[in-house]
Amino acid sequence: MKALVFERSLPRYAAARVASSWVPGGGARVGPLRLAQEEDPALPGPEWRRVSPILAGICGSDLSTVDGRSSRYFEPIVSFPFVPGHEVVGRLIGGPDDGARVVLEPVLGCAARGLEPPCAGCASGSTGACERVAFGHIKPGLQTGFCADTGGGWSTSLVAHPSQLHPVPDGLGDDHAVVVEPAACAVHAALASGDVEGATVAVVGAGTLGLLVVAALRHFCLPGAIIAAAKHPHQRRLATELGADHVVEPAGLARAVRRHTRAMAVGDGLSGGADVVLDCVGSADSIAEALAVVRPRGRVVMVGMPGVTRVDLTPLWHRETQLVGAYAYGVETPPGRPGPVRTFELAFELVQEADLGRLVSARYPLDRYADAIAHAGAAGRRGAVKVVFDLQHESRRPTWRTAS
Amino acid sequence: MSPRPGFVLEVDRSTPATLMWHGEGYRLERLPTGARVVYPPEPLEPLADPRGAIRHVLENPVDSAPLSALLRPGMRLTIAFDDVSLPLPPMRRPDIRQQIIEAVLDAAAAAGVDDVVLVAALALHRRMTEPELRHALGNRVYDSFAPHGLLTQHDAEDPDNLIHLGVTDAGEDVELNKRAATSDLLVYVNINLVAMDGGHKSVATGLASYRSLRHHHNVRTMLHSRSFMDQHRSELHSSNWRMGRLIAESGVKVFQIETTVNTDTFPEQFSFLSKREWEWSARDRVGFLATSSALARTPDRVRRQIFHSMRSPIGLTSVQAGEVEAVHALTTENVYRQQLVEVDGQSDVLTMGLPYICPYNVNSIMNPILVMCLGLGYFFNLYRGRPLVRQGGVLIMSHPTPWAFDPVFHPSYIDFFEQVLAETTDPLEIEAKYEQSFATDPWYIHLYRTGHAYHGVHPFYMWYWGAHALDHLGRVIVVGGDPAAVRRLGFKSASSMADALEMAEDVVGRDPSITHLHAPPLLMADVR
Repeated sequence: MKALVFERSLPRYAAARVASSWVPGGGARVGPLRLAQEEDPALPGPEWRRVSPILAGICGSDLSTVDGRSSRYFEPIVSFPFVPGHEVVGRLIGGPDDGARVVLEPVLGCAARGLEPPCAGCASGSTGACERVAFGHIKPGLQTGFCADTGGGWSTSLVAHPSQLHPVPDGLGDDHAVVVEPAACAVHAALASGDVEGATVAVVGAGTLGLLVVAALRHFCLPGAIIAAAKHPHQRRLATELGADHVVEPAGLARAVRRHTRAMAVGDGLSGGADVVLDCVGSADSIAEALAVVRPRGRVVMVGMPGVTRVDLTPLWHRETQLVGAYAYGVETPPGRPGPVRTFELAFELVQEADLGRLVSARYPLDRYADAIAHAGAAGRRGAVKVVFDLQHESRRPTWRTAS
Repeated sequence: MSPRPGFVLEVDRSTPATLMWHGEGYRLERLPTGARVVYPPEPLEPLADPRGAIRHVLENPVDSAPLSALLRPGMRLTIAFDDVSLPLPPMRRPDIRQQIIEAVLDAAAAAGVDDVVLVAALALHRRMTEPELRHALGNRVYDSFAPHGLLTQHDAEDPDNLIHLGVTDAGEDVELNKRAATSDLLVYVNINLVAMDGGHKSVATGLASYRSLRHHHNVRTMLHSRSFMDQHRSELHSSNWRMGRLIAESGVKVFQIETTVNTDTFPEQFSFLSKREWEWSARDRVGFLATSSALARTPDRVRRQIFHSMRSPIGLTSVQAGEVEAVHALTTENVYRQQLVEVDGQSDVLTMGLPYICPYNVNSIMNPILVMCLGLGYFFNLYRGRPLVRQGGVLIMSHPTPWAFDPVFHPSYIDFFEQVLAETTDPLEIEAKYEQSFATDPWYIHLYRTGHAYHGVHPFYMWYWGAHALDHLGRVIVVGGDPAAVRRLGFKSASSMADALEMAEDVVGRDPSITHLHAPPLLMADVR
């Protein structure tokens, strides 16, 4: 198979860090990522299926990895070398449903790892909370795309456990289907906000995740108002289209929240603020901003992957702010709906209803992976949202190897 | 030699370049042959003895008993005065208000009046700072009243010091400063810089609450005021006059003192700003070149300080006192005597250079909303009869229009610019959708009452001030402005006057007729 492979190499890791300090995504050219012709990954068990990716997205966590900026926290729960890519729509290879399109739910939980009985998280359906992502009959890896045994979406072949596969409805295009996985993250994050009916919700950041969170809030929750901070004009337009009531530039978020909630300004913060703030950036600045604009005893949901940051938590202590993470997905009970439903089911619904395939801005072949990653790293500035690899015709393209 | 009246020049090949204000600076622009330039009249001779003239009118008022006859021991006397928005630029000491208030206080002291309170008639403007109050009133007045809490600034949000006097026939609430309205005598001290000022507007606006002001500070009123500088065709004035009459019927005794000033606007070293370009002396040319070149090398902040420290040599041309309407009729005559310039017909394009100051940015930044208000509100409306530019015509304004705001004076302006104008520039939509929430925002009210902030609703009024022009014009172009800020205002941006004139042709056709308003010094066009 043709694949982008990420290897453990400290010198290349350091080079990626240096390169990415100049330009986000710069780590692709000098870092541990390389294009290679590899053996297809072996099926770990009889029930496992082989999948030929059609489209695979480039996510913020992928960029952090390629740029050598992801937290060392992940070291024990990934295995090298791995093929990145966890936002995947592909076709099943072989079997009675050969050629059927599927979306990958990448979390490698207890079922995929052959662990019985499952952990508490997996038993409740919350696979994102799996306690055993480093154990079982496959190598460590919190998700497909970070595991040496499964392959990943940035290739022409990967393997997946049936528990990870969701059939794509006939009417749903590939552009829509590739957004289902990040949409599921957004649905999970929106519902992690708690009961927001009638509440003021602020969303910091309007990249793919921020926009999807806005859409999910509008679709599944009943917020009184959504205030979104978006840096670039196309992001502001999309945030409005997807359901934000007020869209402002990042520097104006505190003023917008203050005005909407009729709070008073106190120094750099507010006397009151938004009931819930979803931080879809994950930087020190965005966390500080979220803490500054959330009301006392309000909730900040960390949606963007933060890494190592330095933040003054005094306001969190003083205002008794709840700081909660929102990772991946599992099962949800949206307001007004019966029973727990798998997050991916809701994500399929959201992608279709909100026409989220429009977020896919550019497709690249694997050969141009450095350009693709640079584009994803500068998506906002370049008027893009989601950049994806187009794997459909890779088998007919000549194989190309990096100079190294 | 008597001062020359205003003048309309037709540009020909021998006409020198025209001076245009450009914020905290100025430019020389060549206008096309055939363009008209409207110059203000030369300054009228100021009164030789202002203090004597003031004393005279206090004892010889129109349609009123002399001030001394209205004063008695044991009475409550309130003296209200125009705030920092007048005159422009601030005048050299002694300020007119100081001279009048000292004379009124002398009369009150002679009559044995002890209960005297001064009130700055702010309406919804920002509170004046101590240096500004000292400048307007003089140290003697300030030091006599301020330490005892007797020098106050009208607080339109103080429920304990407001009184609802009633509702006019047109359903307008009249709610005023309680101290002023319940005094035995309210003396109002006015400076009339433009024809809009004074009359019943002094008390009915200057001492009113938002509940009262919203009846005439709105889009409908502005669309029906053509112009708001012409009190006989101004719904703004009709509303204030209805309120003023209700105030009088309610038993509030107002002794109005109004003044007019000449067009001697700028100090000697900037005298070229007031002259016709072909009459510039060698000294004027040197002054222009030296100041232009120095200003070009000066940082923005310092340049702003230089201009805002300018004190005008402006001179008093008339003072009249007594009953409000009788006084204001005389005042208006005197304003027209100084400012009116006959202009024959409208043009396709109106050009103007906007200076660094307007009534709402004294000692502060002229933010983009104030640029709009000065150009489309004040200057566009400096007409009687018809606007200088035809319906569907183009207005070209020269101003740097920086995306910059004073967070202390104009906090609600920032939100208005970033949140409201980002969504719409339509005055009616803005009024319907956003005015209430800004007007009642507790944070803006807090800053208005305790700091030096304009009221939360004030940027809306600035936008409404330009509603008539927005309705009338086919396009607005800003020369030399920050493109992003200009775009946010809903206008077009041009890098030079030549480019702007070419852009205007897209709207009004080739070879348009052009009129340039050469102000300040201020003038009022009487368009036939």
